[in-house]
Amino acid sequence: MNIDYSQFLNMIPEVTLMALLVIVFIADFATSQRAVIPTSNGEANSSSRAWFNPLVCLLMAAHIVINIFPTTASVAFGGMYYTNPSVGVIKTILALGALIVLIQSREWIQRPDTQFKEGEFYILIASTLLGMNMMVSANHFLLFFLGLEMASIPMACLVGLDKYRHNSAESAAKFVLTAAFSSGIMLYGISFIYGAMGTLYFDDIAAKITATPLTIMGMVFFFSGLGFKISLVPFHFWTADTYQGAPTTITGYLSVVSKGAAAFALCSILIKVFGPMVEYWQYMLFIVVVLSITIANLFAIRQRDLKRFMAFSSISQAGYIVLAIVGNSAMSYTTLSFYVLVYVVANMAVFSVISSIEEHNNGTVDMESYNGLYKTNPKLAFLMTIALFSLGGIPPFAGMFSKFFVFMSAVKGASLSTTSGVLAYSVVFIALINTVISLYYYLLIVKAMYIKPNEKPLPWFKSANSTKLALAICTAGIIMFGVFSMVYSWIDSASIASM
Amino acid sequence: MSILTLFVVIPVLMLVGLWLAKNDNQVRGVMVVGASALLGLAIWLTITFIQMRHAGNTELMLFTYSTPWFAPLNIAYSVGVDGISVVMLLLSAVIVFTGTFASWQLEPMKKEYFLWFVLLSIGVFGFFISTDLFTMFMFYEVALIPMYLLIGVWGTGPKEYAAMKLTLMLMGGSALLILGILGIYYFSGATTMNINEIAALHNIPVAVQKVFFPFIFIGFGVLGALFPFHTWSPDGHASAPTAVSMLHAGVLMKLGGYGCFRIAMYLLPEAAQQLSWIFLVLTTCSVVYGALAACVQTDLKYINAYSSVSHCGMVLFALCMMTQTAITGAVLQMLSHGLMTALFFACIGMIYHRAGTRDVRYLGGLMKVLPFLSVSYVIAGLANLGLPGFSGFVAEMTIFVGSFQNADTFHRVCTIIACTSIVVTAVYILRVVGKILFQKVPNKKFFELHDATWDERLAIGGLIFCVAGLGLFPLWASNVISGAVAPIINHIMSTTAAAL
Repeated sequence: MNIDYSQFLNMIPEVTLMALLVIVFIADFATSQRAVIPTSNGEANSSSRAWFNPLVCLLMAAHIVINIFPTTASVAFGGMYYTNPSVGVIKTILALGALIVLIQSREWIQRPDTQFKEGEFYILIASTLLGMNMMVSANHFLLFFLGLEMASIPMACLVGLDKYRHNSAESAAKFVLTAAFSSGIMLYGISFIYGAMGTLYFDDIAAKITATPLTIMGMVFFFSGLGFKISLVPFHFWTADTYQGAPTTITGYLSVVSKGAAAFALCSILIKVFGPMVEYWQYMLFIVVVLSITIANLFAIRQRDLKRFMAFSSISQAGYIVLAIVGNSAMSYTTLSFYVLVYVVANMAVFSVISSIEEHNNGTVDMESYNGLYKTNPKLAFLMTIALFSLGGIPPFAGMFSKFFVFMSAVKGASLSTTSGVLAYSVVFIALINTVISLYYYLLIVKAMYIKPNEKPLPWFKSANSTKLALAICTAGIIMFGVFSMVYSWIDSASIASM
Repeated sequence: MSILTLFVVIPVLMLVGLWLAKNDNQVRGVMVVGASALLGLAIWLTITFIQMRHAGNTELMLFTYSTPWFAPLNIAYSVGVDGISVVMLLLSAVIVFTGTFASWQLEPMKKEYFLWFVLLSIGVFGFFISTDLFTMFMFYEVALIPMYLLIGVWGTGPKEYAAMKLTLMLMGGSALLILGILGIYYFSGATTMNINEIAALHNIPVAVQKVFFPFIFIGFGVLGALFPFHTWSPDGHASAPTAVSMLHAGVLMKLGGYGCFRIAMYLLPEAAQQLSWIFLVLTTCSVVYGALAACVQTDLKYINAYSSVSHCGMVLFALCMMTQTAITGAVLQMLSHGLMTALFFACIGMIYHRAGTRDVRYLGGLMKVLPFLSVSYVIAGLANLGLPGFSGFVAEMTIFVGSFQNADTFHRVCTIIACTSIVVTAVYILRVVGKILFQKVPNKKFFELHDATWDERLAIGGLIFCVAGLGLFPLWASNVISGAVAPIINHIMSTTAAAL
């Protein structure tokens, strides 16, 4: 059988990412030396490959630049794969997140005890990203599932990258188990849908799906599987432990990029495939959103470990992301992508600061070590404040804009004479009240940094240039994405062109 | 580009200047230049506005400018001013200017303090010039959050608690606002978020209006110290540093009244008509309760904070009366209360800075040792209790005359109850003045205190000038304001007549 190779032109993002992966693999293979067992006194490894991280970052930047121009809608490989401008946009956003992760990881990955895994780290990041690209581009449940697995399994390796650390290994085990479990549930749901519809192509299903008990069951199981990935309540139990144990850089990656990809996939599948069953999944989303936001917020208040804290914060943010889907229109894609983009920069800024402080504070990430940080490290504390304000939805930072737009999307077209309309407004109201709760716990960190007295605050340290670069990108994003509307318009035009 | 944008651009430039400033003197220099520029701009705007009105320009808003911002969502950056915004801008500029001098000697971290202070003023100015729902709301929130750090870092007393309480309550209010704004935008069917255009469309169903009116009114009311959502105010004001109390009580609380009028009542007129009685009861409570609570406080700042609850309650009270005279009085009261409460907080802050206590029981005989500050305090007090010749009298007189124009028993009873606050105000003001200024000096150390320095005299002198100026020559302000109130109140009333 002959394959029409020109079809690959439709999937340039995947091709360039694959090229990146291969180049990194060869470079790693060609220059790696025998693994050096980390010495206890932590002396620098003489064979350090200083060029490696910049190379990967440049390749990733090139990948973004090549793919930043909007693609046209097209289908390839017999309808298995599709792409359109809004898919192109979310792929760019995910790649941007990965780029920030790569830049920011330099300080950590070039440490003597992790340095010999540098090549693997880049390859794993690239392959998870490839999996996510497949996932959002899938037009068939099988390809979707393959993409999802391709994103999860390397992710488990990443979580366990510090395998000599007990925590990291434990959280990797938890991640593998929940990932396998959720995949199982999702497959079960997909099998129901296949049983009812006799096809796995999205377009075919969308054309004839109706709400029968079987399809509803299928949808719910499918949703549960994705709910694990996005870590929505009540599928969130793995989140805190995994986030805490994983290397901080990976936690950042897990909390923004992986979550963003799954949320976009959920959005497009619910709207496209299960569109006719909107009244069923809307109610489901209402419940899940309210639970995610509220419960995660209440748990976050009590956390003292900053990574656990950010885990609960990310669960509640996931609730806001999913809230965008409720509106069921082109605006849902726009506001969701925009929210993910803003969330990527804000959360990565926070994780860059956490990781940087962790490196200079013997690996502790509890909130006490932030007491009085402003006195000794004012710039770092200030950037952290900006990022937290953005997460909490305070203007003029981008977070307020993305939140407001998500709310606009959620109640778009809702009328007060229908139950679902009243529910939409009520859910937005609950979400709004929760923004106040979330502000409370974000302010706790601000309070620690600015107000809490500390006899022995963390002494001043100079951040690595890579961390500075990552923070600069994030801060620029936090300030620009809100005040300047170009980015939103760019995403919106893509979404409208895709409908 | 409209000239009004300068009200945002100048503070942004000030932020940049502060960021670059190397030492305290440069910080002060940036602040003085920026605050003077703002004050000059506000005065120029007021004069030009009055001239344009005299020249017969009867458009609803002057200096309008609009450019799409988030075009897909119909969000625009649109600005414009009418008489109400003009006087509010003038008030804000005066308070920012005097607040700069009141925090001249603030320590530590002067630079950071002024950074947040200027960010707050960006929010305030932006709020008053905006005519777009989203833009206005964004500026509103910009004005709220710096308070947390300003109180938390530079405050006194239980500052962490006060800062958190204030921030969360005000953000809770703004959460209600978001919902109200979404409701107004979607149910008006408008393709714009411009307030004037939504008002002109006027097609929000009455049932929907009644749902969203409380959200907006309470949302703004929290900031305007609406009973029972006022509890952040005493704690917040008591813990805040001097200039922040001035700016917050003087200007920020006015955002509440302004928003209630401009958004809640203007855009949801039928609901305002039908539901105003609920808020009338609440605001009457605010007025009387605030005054009575002030009587039993012993901390000077708490006394003034409760007095602010009472006076800001008066603003909302007058709005709920919905006659042109009463609402003109409400805006006058915003102006007058802004100036005199800033004066009050400035005096209290300076006394506290010297004496080391704000407790009435441990203060006394200050007239002998701090004559300048004491005289200023007396003036502030007299203005507060509504002595003719000061701004307070003009405002309260207008409010009560306007309120009494409502012929029905309910409104008249509320008016009479609210009037009693005037007497109660006199009680707590005179009691405190007598106790802390005129008795024996209880503490030998007080004899070593120094009176106000030049920067403090400048701040206080400026405020006294404004308070007395407004009290002696109220007509220009009253004309400017009532010219702006008339079209809005006509809109509210006429549409109701049609709907009934």
